[in-house]
Amino acid sequence: MPKDGGIGASTTRREDVRFLTGKGKYTADINAFGQVSAIFVRSTVANGVIKSIDTSAAESMPGVLAVFTGEDFADVGGNPAGWLINSRDGEPMKEPKRPVLAHGKVRHVGDAYAAVIAETEQQARDAAEEIIADIEELPAIVDMAAALAGDSYVHDEIETNQCFDWGWIEDNRAATDEAIKNAPHVTTLELINNRLVPNAMEPRASIGTYDAAGDSYLLQTTSQNPHLTRLLISAFVMGIPENKLTVIAPDVGGGFGSKIYHYGEEALVLAAAKKVGRPVKWVADRSESFLSDAHGRDHVTKIELACEKDGTFIAFRTETLANVGAYLSNFSTATPTFLHGTLMAGNYTVPNVYVNLKAVFTNTAPVDAYRGAGRPEATYSIERVIDMAARELGMDPIEIRRKNFIKPDQFPFASAAGLEYDSGNYDALMDKMEAMVDRKAFEERRKASEAKGMLRGLGINAYVEACGIAPSNLVGVLGSRVGLYDAATVRVNATGNLSVMVGAHSHGQGHETVFPQIVGDMLGIDPASVDIVHGDTSKIPFGMGTYGSRSLAVCGSAVVRATEKIIAKAKKIAAHMLEASADDLDFTDGQFAVKGTDKSVSFGEVALKAYIPHNYPLEDIEPGLEETAFYDPANFTYPSGAYACEVEVDPETGKVTVERFTACDDFGNVMNPMIVSGQVHGGVVQGIGQALLENTTYDENGQLLSASYMDYVMPRADDLPFIAVDHADGTPCTHNPLGAKGCGEGGAIGSPPTVVNAVIDALQSGGKNVTHIDMPLTPARVWAAMNNA
Amino acid sequence: MASVTMTVNGKSVSGNVEGRTLLSDFLRNDLQLTGTHIGCDTSQCGACVVHVDGEAVKSCTMFAVEADGTDVATIEGQANADGSLNVIQQAFQDHHGLQCGFCTPGMVMSAAALLKDNPTPTEGEIREYLEGNICRCTGYHNIVKAIMAASGQDVSAVAAE
Amino acid sequence: MYAFEIERPSTIADAVKALKDEDAQALGGGQTLIPTLKARLAMPSALVSLSGIGEMQGVCIGDDGAVCVGGATNHATVAKETASSFPGLSGLAGNIGDPAVRNRGTVGGSLANNDPSACYPAAALGSGATIITNAREIAADDYFQGMFETALDEGEVITEVRFPVPEKSHYEKFVQPASRFALVGVFVAKYADGVRVAVTGASENGVFRWSEAEAALSTDFSASALDGLSVSADGMIADLHGSSEYRAHLVKVMTGRAVTAAS
Repeated sequence: MPKDGGIGASTTRREDVRFLTGKGKYTADINAFGQVSAIFVRSTVANGVIKSIDTSAAESMPGVLAVFTGEDFADVGGNPAGWLINSRDGEPMKEPKRPVLAHGKVRHVGDAYAAVIAETEQQARDAAEEIIADIEELPAIVDMAAALAGDSYVHDEIETNQCFDWGWIEDNRAATDEAIKNAPHVTTLELINNRLVPNAMEPRASIGTYDAAGDSYLLQTTSQNPHLTRLLISAFVMGIPENKLTVIAPDVGGGFGSKIYHYGEEALVLAAAKKVGRPVKWVADRSESFLSDAHGRDHVTKIELACEKDGTFIAFRTETLANVGAYLSNFSTATPTFLHGTLMAGNYTVPNVYVNLKAVFTNTAPVDAYRGAGRPEATYSIERVIDMAARELGMDPIEIRRKNFIKPDQFPFASAAGLEYDSGNYDALMDKMEAMVDRKAFEERRKASEAKGMLRGLGINAYVEACGIAPSNLVGVLGSRVGLYDAATVRVNATGNLSVMVGAHSHGQGHETVFPQIVGDMLGIDPASVDIVHGDTSKIPFGMGTYGSRSLAVCGSAVVRATEKIIAKAKKIAAHMLEASADDLDFTDGQFAVKGTDKSVSFGEVALKAYIPHNYPLEDIEPGLEETAFYDPANFTYPSGAYACEVEVDPETGKVTVERFTACDDFGNVMNPMIVSGQVHGGVVQGIGQALLENTTYDENGQLLSASYMDYVMPRADDLPFIAVDHADGTPCTHNPLGAKGCGEGGAIGSPPTVVNAVIDALQSGGKNVTHIDMPLTPARVWAAMNNA
Repeated sequence: MASVTMTVNGKSVSGNVEGRTLLSDFLRNDLQLTGTHIGCDTSQCGACVVHVDGEAVKSCTMFAVEADGTDVATIEGQANADGSLNVIQQAFQDHHGLQCGFCTPGMVMSAAALLKDNPTPTEGEIREYLEGNICRCTGYHNIVKAIMAASGQDVSAVAAE
Repeated sequence: MYAFEIERPSTIADAVKALKDEDAQALGGGQTLIPTLKARLAMPSALVSLSGIGEMQGVCIGDDGAVCVGGATNHATVAKETASSFPGLSGLAGNIGDPAVRNRGTVGGSLANNDPSACYPAAALGSGATIITNAREIAADDYFQGMFETALDEGEVITEVRFPVPEKSHYEKFVQPASRFALVGVFVAKYADGVRVAVTGASENGVFRWSEAEAALSTDFSASALDGLSVSADGMIADLHGSSEYRAHLVKVMTGRAVTAAS
């Protein structure tokens, strides 16, 4: 066991105290002196030409201070895509402008085309109803295939609804086609990866403040990455110099991807604050969130698995349409491509992989990364088609996977989809999962279910994903327009306690507890004397924030590097204090000691010396004890897992109940097992939600039918069992100093196919010849599938 | 405008409110008790749960004037008199029953209402009781576990940590 | 929300008087009305809160043995107070919405709104209840007049509902998993003079009695009595959560389960 709450200890979270006592400070809880309210006017039609907007009546309403329309932002920049994708023919992707407020056209229900600033929220709402917009409704472009085939466009200026047509790896296409043509067995599956609404429980909110004295701005906002937001606003959208804009993301109530992106509302409150000379606050209600947050997933895929008669995989080939919605959100082009296609070899030694993916504009909300981002789509396709192939070949689903697993001695392994997996042991995970499930006992449970008229199924799954995003050099070659390092500043205060400023942002992940565990462990001091500062661009170094399971693997590594610099410098100071050579010092348990003597100084004494540098070698060492490190990873990290799910299906109603769920994950070295388990629980349940409950449905007019919690099915406590997890004894990441792999997304990546495989197994066991049902497997869909079988 | 007087966390408070002022608005805006959160507008998420005369209610679905003369308890009043976490709050911390913290006040208030009526609930009873509280982070695993622990039940057998 | 005043009368008479104002609207527990107001889908000038009217609160047993529920009684109270006198009603009330909603929502509010997926209409129709207003008594069979439509006049207030207590009853609800309203809910009640079966959530016309099932169950009160019956999908609701065929199918399944569970 680790000592004193250091690395590996299940330290309880210090941040919990403020959340449990109602003292958390979320953006909506902040009231700036003199603040006024912003309300957005959103399109009720999916596609329309803005003929005119008459704001005069609204402007004369009580309390109204300003009204904005798209015209007011015609001369500023657009919100850009962060990743350039080139089509197979070498053509760069289409990048229509994404304005602060819709201009010329509205392109999805919820597209904001005007905003009202008033003294109170109710006054702004009243005035918003007086804005008279003449919008000529056009037929909505909703279905992706129809969007590609049709001759009307979401963005007229690009004259196509295809953003790009991407091939991965294009040079492997011919070999893959040939392998499939000659294969003894090919299993083909057409499936939909259903669109999801992230639904962080805290709706988005922003407060803009302008200080005329310094010509500077403050944006308090619900963001996972305040520096990235500042960069986007400064460099692309508003042109506010970075040094004149501070972005603060205070306590943030969950993100799951949806708060990575810069949204137009953030730019609007800044512009409005300057115009009206008062802080401007906007808080979304849930209905707005449904319509305007970036959604996730939404792929339509055909996957083929070619294999030998003995189940040896020969090739995976996919054709996918990926919905990007009406505008390109910041990571929307990376998500379906490099976070998806590169994982299409799964955990397997399969030699041929080819992915073709067309990204399609539609009159729907933008689609971007949502927990897992591309990797759940890859895993779902692969693990569903493998299950189907096993059934066709009469093989056990575990056996067929084991037969094709990359073996422990094959790492590092260059996958056929272009990634180099550094470490893993997929058989060991499967062993562990099988032991926890106990398939013999499962057969007994199945009989018990059958005795009460229920069908029971066991679904299994293996996943590997790439996270800890990402090596800047690699992603730069692949089209990323940003670097994906992170940064930490370790400031040892004169009295020996520490402030650690990090680029990562904690909105549930527990950084305020875990990073001090690392620093405390390295310095041999009480983690309680280390405080984390995050979320404020005026205080923290330029880091890229929290997403893609990167906080620990990337920012945590920066914390390690900065702490190493602290130790190196402190050692020099200690050497001077001890009149010894630095090479002769040991540093253990917070003490610098001269080897072989009883002479030592504590870390605290060294810190004090650094700030009161009397009798100090100023010619050799600067005063102070503060170090910054930027860490850019050498590779992604590659967590993996073996999951099992047991369901009961009610054959009369089609209702699926998850009876048991087992998640065995390899996250490398684990810093805080309690927190890691929590990440798995949450991820798995989001995956169960995708598999059974959550759907985002637009009708043919582009109206969102599942636009509130009255129709969008969020997982509730009574939909779920306890989740059995095990992430002990992982294979360490070989390239970061913690040996840690990202743990935030595995649960959401591994669980959807596990659940669907279980339902299919249950139906097959009940004699129903059902081979596939698209998610979510609602009672009505399962019932319909059983009755059509 | 109507004047309202109520007891909130043991203190008598008064204010002038509009008819449309929700109890949650009054708590958050007039009393600056921002621990009561707003996560939806259709009365489903439960982030706003408080107790009115000892009963759990969704404060976003009750008007402030309807709370006139009542005794209201919010998350800010739950800690022990010495400021330490109460049994339920402590169990949430001990068992990692929260992540982003946004649903947490409502969860704690619902848990308190449950345990008042049912001091030793089963797992199933807890899950059913939390039907009106949505959490997106925890998968409910550690929330259910924490509530069982807060009721004095041994949770060591609950799957993994 | 648009602006409005709230009045809090303490007697039925005062409430009725207040509701005579044009654009005044009754406020029960508000669990449906307040979200509607938030969405600015209603624009009352005043809300007349019924929650402070003592004579509309509580549960008692009438001289004829019926369970009498004050119109402003919340679901939690009904669930608790009728647990032994009318378990079928208690079970229904105790499974509406969620615990916090049950502490506010009222029987009168639910019946006045007559949401096609609400639970209470099934109990009222399935037990042949009498809806008592400030002005008259209305038999449940006459009260429900289609989706969100009732026999109530403008400004009429449900002061009490009288539920005749059956020998056996049960409400079986298949939940719509988001709203937790009934995707299909069936209330089955066996009385000395026959069986009543009321279905909510399924029909585009709101709650209805499934008369074929009533006839079959009046002869043989067992799930197997339903074997030869089927429900037409015509007129059934179709939405994100289920087709009309699925709902029609569920009506039969839930009815059978209600019969089996009836106590």
